[in-house]
Amino acid sequence: MWFAVLAGAIGCYALKYVGSAIPEHYLEQPIVKRIVMLLPIALLSALVAVQTFANSQALVVDARVPALVAATVALRFKAPFILVVLTAAICAAALRYFGLAV
Amino acid sequence: MNEAAHDWIPARNEIVRNAASIGIAVAMYGVSFGALGTTTGLTIPQTMALSLLMFTGASQFTLVSTLASGGTALTAVVASWLMGTRNAAYSMRMTPILKAKGPGRLVAVQLTIDESTAMGLAQDEAAFEGRASRLAFWATGLSVYLLWNLATFIGAISVSSIGDPKSFGLDAAIAAGLFALVWPQIKSRIDLSVALGGALIALALTPFVSPGVPVLAAAIVSIIVGWVTGKQLS
Repeated sequence: MWFAVLAGAIGCYALKYVGSAIPEHYLEQPIVKRIVMLLPIALLSALVAVQTFANSQALVVDARVPALVAATVALRFKAPFILVVLTAAICAAALRYFGLAV
Repeated sequence: MNEAAHDWIPARNEIVRNAASIGIAVAMYGVSFGALGTTTGLTIPQTMALSLLMFTGASQFTLVSTLASGGTALTAVVASWLMGTRNAAYSMRMTPILKAKGPGRLVAVQLTIDESTAMGLAQDEAAFEGRASRLAFWATGLSVYLLWNLATFIGAISVSSIGDPKSFGLDAAIAAGLFALVWPQIKSRIDLSVALGGALIALALTPFVSPGVPVLAAAIVSIIVGWVTGKQLS
């Protein structure tokens, strides 16, 4: 098992490193610059969508969806970060506790 | 100068507070990871090595659950790499902002994950000459690193778990936290279309490909939109 643990860890570090090793002048080109600026927006938005609707490979609507709606309302009212996170947690936990959602 | 320093202190305190709360939320999953690692046949040192050295939650869960479901070591390793690929895009974006040198750069590379990148980019890049972005990245990265490893250890040594993180609504809390950090990054209609396009592609692919691939595939949206809009600029 040490093989899997170490090979996995080395590969994951290498992936993080590769992104930082690209020469800056290459990243300064307009098209590359635009793509790199937009990459985290696409990846993080995709991650939020998957974390809200995916259960392994199934798409489901469960307690996370109303929780994210509540968080969106909090964001629209310019609530501080911690309040947004707590709103979602309390909403999902309450819906599950009272058996209103899974 | 005095005025800038005056504004910096509340801004700094808020960043540190938010970084700590992200660390605490993520740590609850660290306990689950530690417990999962040792109950699926890894030793305590092996489970700890994953949190200390791999340090990217999605890859760690993927590696352990692939092994647990009877996958070969090689399959588990490749699946963990696939999950970690998005970190390459994050470090591409963060490196020019962080301007870290020498050993600091190697540490920054290790701390480059979803949460630290999202926090770093959620700040105004120009604010306090970039100090806000840098502090947000470092504070979040270090807070998650310390608490994630502490939590992994607690989970790995205790047979009984603290309970399902979902019953505390933590799955929704982490999604909402990342959402709150993507929100300020969307400053134009182009940004919004990239965010929505990325989310839709990931959801459309979820039933058909293995976990990790849908999020990675969302990169296509930013490549296409970046190509078209970048060409107009040049």
